[in-house]
Amino acid sequence: MESSQVIVITSGKGGVGKTTSTANLGHGLAEQGYKVCLVDADIGLRNLDVVMGLENRIVYDLVDVVEGNCKLRNALIKDKRNENLYLLPAAQTRDKDAVQPEQMIELNRQLREQFQYILIDCPAGIERGFKNAIAGADAAIIVTTPEVSAVRDADRIIGLIEAAEIPAPKLIINRLRPDMVKKGDMMDIDDVIEILAIDLLGVVPDDESIIVSTNRGEPVILDKHSRAGQAYRNISRRIAGEDVPLMDLSSPGLLEKLRRLVGGK
Amino acid sequence: MGALIDFVNKLLNKDDVPSKDLAKERLRLVLVHDRATLSPELLMTLKEELINVLTKYLEIDVAGLEVNLDRADDTVALVANIPVKSVRRA
Repeated sequence: MESSQVIVITSGKGGVGKTTSTANLGHGLAEQGYKVCLVDADIGLRNLDVVMGLENRIVYDLVDVVEGNCKLRNALIKDKRNENLYLLPAAQTRDKDAVQPEQMIELNRQLREQFQYILIDCPAGIERGFKNAIAGADAAIIVTTPEVSAVRDADRIIGLIEAAEIPAPKLIINRLRPDMVKKGDMMDIDDVIEILAIDLLGVVPDDESIIVSTNRGEPVILDKHSRAGQAYRNISRRIAGEDVPLMDLSSPGLLEKLRRLVGGK
Repeated sequence: MGALIDFVNKLLNKDDVPSKDLAKERLRLVLVHDRATLSPELLMTLKEELINVLTKYLEIDVAGLEVNLDRADDTVALVANIPVKSVRRA
């Protein structure tokens, strides 16, 4: 496709929300009408399928495609809710050595023919799986939480992304808790940006609805009332080039809550 | 209740510095080392070799010698504090 983009979503540290972000941004871009493919590059630890609620539809996987056991179109799974969105699942019974960086580049080449956005969910860590996942990517999104361990690992990943000559990685700060920021018990957006010195793509507030929606296998972006869902919707519009201001994350005061209750909002 | 505990802690002078400031400061320091890819072992070797070179020209107080990577804004500097006892005659 003309102007297709391969974006790797990575973090270094595990458990900061890479897979959740990949699923939600995929939906967000597909909702805007783009043809989107999500690639689970975490070979051996397949997860994107369950987060998207597509785990029962898998027949073939990424390793089958690169080894030529099946055609790409046989391995692609169409999303339940959005016909613009597809998933290429990871192999569950293989290890990271089953794929080479050159094979990922070739896979991306094939995906570019059919999709405008290819989002690659990268495994945690900085070894083989990471190097495979970033091979041939045009852009990188780094996910972190405002915690020392996650920020430190994000810094390391930014160094490796720059060394791989992928231009200007962008940052998503996940699980921000405005109440803790207010008390001085959590680093705020400016603190994290100052330390990592990269561009901010968006901020996702900590939100219980993410856990609930993941339990159901429905990305939170489909929940119109969720603040995290709204944040992901904003981020996906920014990825597509739109200028969307950061949402106001300050938690509403008691009076505002009452007003909303009375106002029925 | 939480507010009361916070207030008592303030009275007792605990939690003087917001914990996020501690987080930021600790990260700043650890990243200086991470980014410079100088491990503590490497820094120790650097220090020993510096001493070897310096003692050719100066008599220095080895015990008082300090070598550290320091960061100000976006630059990293190697800061060495080297007490000199005397200068060797040429």
